[in-house]
Amino acid sequence: MNGQNINVALIGNPNTGKTSVFNHLTGLNQQVGNYPGITVEKKIGFCKLTSKIKANILDLPGTYSLNACSMDENVVIELLLNKNDKLFPDVAVVVSDVENLKRNLLLFTQIKDLEIPTILVINMADRMKYKGISLDIPYLETQLKTKIALISTRKNYGIDELKELIINYKSLSVEPCLNASNIDPDYFNNLRKAFPNQLLYKLWLVITQDVNFLNLDRKEIKNSFTKSHSDLKKLQQKETIKRYQFINDVLKKGLNVNTAIAKDFGSKLDRVLTHKIWGYVIFFAVLFVIFQAIFNWSKLPMDIIDTAFATLSTIASESLPKGVMTNLISQGIIPGIGGILIFIPQIAFLFLFISILEESGYMSRVVFLMDKIMRKFGLSGKSVVPLISGTACAIPAIMATRNIENWKERLITILVTPFTTCSARLPVYAIIIGLIIPDNPVLGILNLQGLTLMFLYLLGFGMALFAAYILNIILKIESKSFFVVEMPHYKLPLFKNVAINVIEKTKSFVFGAGKIILAISIILWFLASYGFGNNFKNADTIIASQIENQNLPKTELSNKIAAYKLENSYIGIMGKSIEPAIAPLGYDWKIGVAIISSFAAREVFVGTLSTIYSVGSSANNSTIKNKMAAEINPVSKNKIFNFATGISLLLFYVFAMQCASTLAITKKETNSWKWPFGQLVFMSGLAYLVALIAFQILK
Amino acid sequence: MKTTINNLKKGEKAIIKSFDVDIIPLKLLEMGCLPGNKVELIQIAPFGDPLFLNINDSLLAIRIETAKEIEVEIIKN
Repeated sequence: MNGQNINVALIGNPNTGKTSVFNHLTGLNQQVGNYPGITVEKKIGFCKLTSKIKANILDLPGTYSLNACSMDENVVIELLLNKNDKLFPDVAVVVSDVENLKRNLLLFTQIKDLEIPTILVINMADRMKYKGISLDIPYLETQLKTKIALISTRKNYGIDELKELIINYKSLSVEPCLNASNIDPDYFNNLRKAFPNQLLYKLWLVITQDVNFLNLDRKEIKNSFTKSHSDLKKLQQKETIKRYQFINDVLKKGLNVNTAIAKDFGSKLDRVLTHKIWGYVIFFAVLFVIFQAIFNWSKLPMDIIDTAFATLSTIASESLPKGVMTNLISQGIIPGIGGILIFIPQIAFLFLFISILEESGYMSRVVFLMDKIMRKFGLSGKSVVPLISGTACAIPAIMATRNIENWKERLITILVTPFTTCSARLPVYAIIIGLIIPDNPVLGILNLQGLTLMFLYLLGFGMALFAAYILNIILKIESKSFFVVEMPHYKLPLFKNVAINVIEKTKSFVFGAGKIILAISIILWFLASYGFGNNFKNADTIIASQIENQNLPKTELSNKIAAYKLENSYIGIMGKSIEPAIAPLGYDWKIGVAIISSFAAREVFVGTLSTIYSVGSSANNSTIKNKMAAEINPVSKNKIFNFATGISLLLFYVFAMQCASTLAITKKETNSWKWPFGQLVFMSGLAYLVALIAFQILK
Repeated sequence: MKTTINNLKKGEKAIIKSFDVDIIPLKLLEMGCLPGNKVELIQIAPFGDPLFLNINDSLLAIRIETAKEIEVEIIKN
């Protein structure tokens, strides 16, 4: 045998540092994908344990127990119940937090009942001294029938011991650590007799919830062992109590907390961060800092990228042999790639802040702080997380609504999340704000452009809330409401986790969205470089023969020819045909083309304009922004990107639904075309109306 | 009158007595909200809802409507 592959599944409650353990084991050897058919994120990593033994490490979604109440948790059960799955774990690693050991062990005892070799990781061991905690590891190992790895992903120890335990997984006990079936002996004995070849706990899980279980006929078990919902729940309560009794007994001897030593910094922090006044002040200050930072910090790298690609275009067009291929490269591909890479600084900063907020535990405090207010709008405190992470991208944000227990609150959150300003709108805002808002300081430290950007974000949030309020009145859905949210202990975010998250998310943007942007750029270049009819073919002679052009210098003449060609190209004809519809909004046909092409994805807007302007002018050595600033309306001789048009465009982008992927995810999460269709019609209609009114007032 | 979690004052501790299993979500039970376990009210959110609790050494927040359903007995110091 050449080598051995071990399947390892990482399982644990949320906030136990499961992902840190995963990052420590795998580094950047990670693959993020989706489980087939559903949008739950599937993270697999690889780890070389010895020269011969490799491990495939699966980071399962965080779950509090094996009684699933969300799609994410279902993934965990379905994998653990299906021995035929090619990712079925050879060994389960249950990650727990030393400060929440009691609660974390509940899941552990359930996993043990599945008779899979199980290792217990007790993470955050560095906090033990601080909290006055001491553990009797050998005692815990015997009682829990497992091996324990005491680790600290923060202080970087214990990982090697964990690897050692994984290598020797065959020596782990597969015995359950308690007998939960004596909560109702008769019932479970009959169950055992009816299905002698099946694991009792598996049967119980199948009876109590909706999981796909390949080897068993669900109906058969259900029919003979049906109990009323209420009776089942009573049994589940008994089971939970039973498990906690066992855990309490074990921890009484195995865990000792010296409360005299324990420092409780967290509760002092909570007194301020969840204070009725300071809580909100701090929350809005945090948001404010984030938005100012995103705009100001990413400005320099964005300018550098922009200039670099403009220069590259020039070099390419000058040094390569003249021809169609060179044009494609210098006017299609290079501006296209530039249009993708220019977003990297802002996206990276945004994900940096969002992962810091989540890692530190502050996000849960925001949920707590905002719940009552959000409920007035038909939302939940938990809707704050999607609404905030929607500033990065609506797709993960809509997926993050899954932990909202109430269906109506969840549906409303899904429907209004696309109003929050996602990172794809940011480049559009950035470039237009740069063109129409002066770079003036306000009150000494603030900046007018930054304030405008913040206003646009607030407008997006405001509209999301307003739409939610309306939906809450219109939608008639009765659903049971409950709200449980864990308030994790405050933690300093781990650099490694934040960095990996930022890299992963940025990478998936560049390669995911990037592909579409690049493809659209090339198509646009083609449409802008070719046309039918004599006007396009004979552009040179038509322009040259016009009397007013007779005495023009050569460069100006060739600019005029290029502009005329663009107008008569395929894209020019398309843009011209929609011009009547968008003229009242203050847009010319070039902006029209950019809006059409950005219907699939907003971020295409800037790339489109840059492609169109690259084709339209003979000089390539100018940045996108300079080209846009120089655009003149041929009739009125005014600048195209004047204040009124700029504001109208900004407002259009605040409200319009221009993201095919968001519509797809809404369809997936609501399981109906009705909702995404409603989003598209309502949001885009609103955008048109608001932009129209704004332009007509301001012009 | 029954004392329920929402009757607690900030900083007050109590023992969970009973509740109707059909109303209380399973998830809350699994997080340690079970008869006999200790509960402490840590913080009340602005506008009076939700409540930030320490239940069985777990920190979590629930809404008043749920807290009303959980009967407790206050521990006197």
